[in-house]
Amino acid sequence: MNFSDTPQEAAFRAQAREWIAANAPHELREQLATAGLGQPVLRTGDVLQAGKAWQKRKQEGGWACLHWPTEFGGRGATPIERVIWQQEEGVFSKLSSPFGIGQGMCGPTLMAHAQERHKLRYLPPLASGEEVWCQLFSEPVAGSDLAGLRTRAVRDGDEWVINGQKIWTSGAHYSNFGILLTRTDSTVAKHDGLTMFFIDMKSPGVEIRPIKQVNGQSGFNEVFFTDLRVPDHQRLGDVGQGWKVSLTTLMNERLSIGAGMSTGFAELLDLCCTFETGEGLAIEDPAVRSKLATWAVRTSGLRYTGYRAISALSRGETPGPENSIGKLVAGQTLQEIAMFALDLQGQAGILMDPARVEASARFQAMLLRSPATRIEGGTDEILRNIIAERVLGLPADMRADRGMPFDKIPTRTSR
Amino acid sequence: MEFEFSAEQQQLKDQVRRFLADRCDRDAVRAVLEGEQPFDRPLWKAMGELGYLGASIPEAYGGLGAGYLEACVIAEELGRAVAPVPFGSSIALAAEFLLMAGTEAQKQKYLPRVASGEAIGTLALVEGTGRVTPASIAASVVRAGEHHSLTGCKTAVADGDIADFAVVAARDASQVSASSPRISLFLVDLQQAGVKRSPLATIDPTRSHAQLDFDKAMAEPLGEPGAGMAIIEQVFDRAAILTAFEQLGGADRALEMARDYALERFAFGRPIGSLQAIKHMLADMYVSATLARSNCYYGAWALSTDAPELSTAAATARVSATQAYQHCSRNNIQVHGGMGFTWQFDCHLYYRRSNLLAVSLGPLSGWEDRLIKRLSEQRAA
Repeated sequence: MNFSDTPQEAAFRAQAREWIAANAPHELREQLATAGLGQPVLRTGDVLQAGKAWQKRKQEGGWACLHWPTEFGGRGATPIERVIWQQEEGVFSKLSSPFGIGQGMCGPTLMAHAQERHKLRYLPPLASGEEVWCQLFSEPVAGSDLAGLRTRAVRDGDEWVINGQKIWTSGAHYSNFGILLTRTDSTVAKHDGLTMFFIDMKSPGVEIRPIKQVNGQSGFNEVFFTDLRVPDHQRLGDVGQGWKVSLTTLMNERLSIGAGMSTGFAELLDLCCTFETGEGLAIEDPAVRSKLATWAVRTSGLRYTGYRAISALSRGETPGPENSIGKLVAGQTLQEIAMFALDLQGQAGILMDPARVEASARFQAMLLRSPATRIEGGTDEILRNIIAERVLGLPADMRADRGMPFDKIPTRTSR
Repeated sequence: MEFEFSAEQQQLKDQVRRFLADRCDRDAVRAVLEGEQPFDRPLWKAMGELGYLGASIPEAYGGLGAGYLEACVIAEELGRAVAPVPFGSSIALAAEFLLMAGTEAQKQKYLPRVASGEAIGTLALVEGTGRVTPASIAASVVRAGEHHSLTGCKTAVADGDIADFAVVAARDASQVSASSPRISLFLVDLQQAGVKRSPLATIDPTRSHAQLDFDKAMAEPLGEPGAGMAIIEQVFDRAAILTAFEQLGGADRALEMARDYALERFAFGRPIGSLQAIKHMLADMYVSATLARSNCYYGAWALSTDAPELSTAAATARVSATQAYQHCSRNNIQVHGGMGFTWQFDCHLYYRRSNLLAVSLGPLSGWEDRLIKRLSEQRAA
């Protein structure tokens, strides 16, 4: 039982480390290291431009989208090599967050379902960060129940005409393209009447409206389609195969095992070790210690669960289902820790000014951002369902709309 | 990275599981539960013969010299079977006390018989409720020429009624001041005249416990005089990791039992496992058990490499495994509904054992405290 690299892994790591040392934007290291949850905000410039510059440099050096085939701008790296790269890239990987959806989800979907000429046209600039992609799936009426979506695509000769609305579209405001899931047949069961396309976000008929979040930021958007015209050659997969295509997209989301999600514990430990409560250091209070211990073992548990997954990758195997617990545990813990930290700070813990509270008000920011962690990328409730069904083998929920034609499915309590 | 047990260790695990399925079935556990015997002696003997007791004891002292990783997988299977045997006392504690603090002669005298199962050892520490501190230990040893003579009373001694010898914590009677007494450790033959043993009723009859009354019993010093508490702390770190694997095995079995029941029990026209309340309860149990497994692996790694952070890993494994086992065992009963509250169903075996192991090495608060102490020290470093 050990944490050592194999000789091949060690060689790859050395190569990666050397290249990163020579090429990374070291001047940004400190800002990235102290950034809170979500996308970092740089004092020294625009984080998107910095991200694009780093992505381009990686691509020129052969270090972008490692697991993609080389003909599309990747390196054909193995899963364990991807993990090693992520470990070596460290804080600089935060610069890649605008490209996560595009490279992690849209790219693989194009690779599986787009025409060859489109792969050659779109994948290299996606890998280099020149073009950014978003994912247009969720709607106001369809979040956890994604297959209940309503955005309509109607065939008109060589084109499709699209009307409807998407919501929670991260990065739509700076995206060039997007993959779009639409309803093409509302007379069949909901999963059977969907079709996937990719679209140019600058097309006429696409309107993007930022959504203001609880924490005041606007990372995501509503996207409205009014008679948007999309050529049929931009269809991904067959008509009516949209659900199957979307599973490719969503499956890739789950395969990411990187540095793992933060729980906020390290920051809280720092706070408790330095914070004077008025009756001594917080860390000396047994009540504080007891709570810290629970969060410590959750954090440690996630870290070592990640190592077990990495060990499987190193053996060339698929990681086991234990890795599915990450976001569920991290989301809960972040929120609990944020509330606890504010409680430690007492009444003045309500202040948002970084100059007036400890840790530059990161716990206040964590409080306001953490509700999203329990909802985005699969709600806590959906994740529990997935663990229960796919890992423990329990039966699927009974569905009130199974097999029902989409246009007969109730969407509100009848009056 | 190879943060996993080896293929051979996995094979050993499967082997032990098959052995226990055969030799430690429901009836075997219930025979001890219902007081027909204090432990399963034939099972213990067979384990000794197969080398399952000597895995972590060096060959030089009659063990297999296999290592702690093997001991961990064996412990996990014992926990899964709620095996009614004194592994936790004899192997996780007594053997470790001898390895840590024994003289060469003491190791040679005791360890080969512990490894074979012929001799059972245990620890006699606690004298009442509450945390163990030097001041809470009244048992004392006086020196009479060459001999040491122990007088006092220990309670809740695991396997106290079946063990051949005990590691006993006692104060040095030459200490005049009681405020900060020197606590030393002694090896005591429990079959001698000056030892009276009274079985005690506990929440978990599958592991026997006793009160030990010592009246000028002969005692042999173990380790440095006055170093008792320090030695206990170090041995407890090692025992905590082995115990954590027992707790992990029990937690997994409780989860499995609950899942299996949820699939076969019907209510409202469908298996209760299709109801979200049950699904989500089981998912949360899976999360606890998964975190515990990963933390136990951390402990196993630290134990097998004698890592500098062994103490941190031990406390992490213990807190995590304790929480997981208690969580899984009580919710296993919940999923079973009324049936879970019957003597006949096995749920309560795990519930009892989880609550025994939760305090068998001292209360959780002590371990939480140790964990945070280590983490703050590591942070400062």
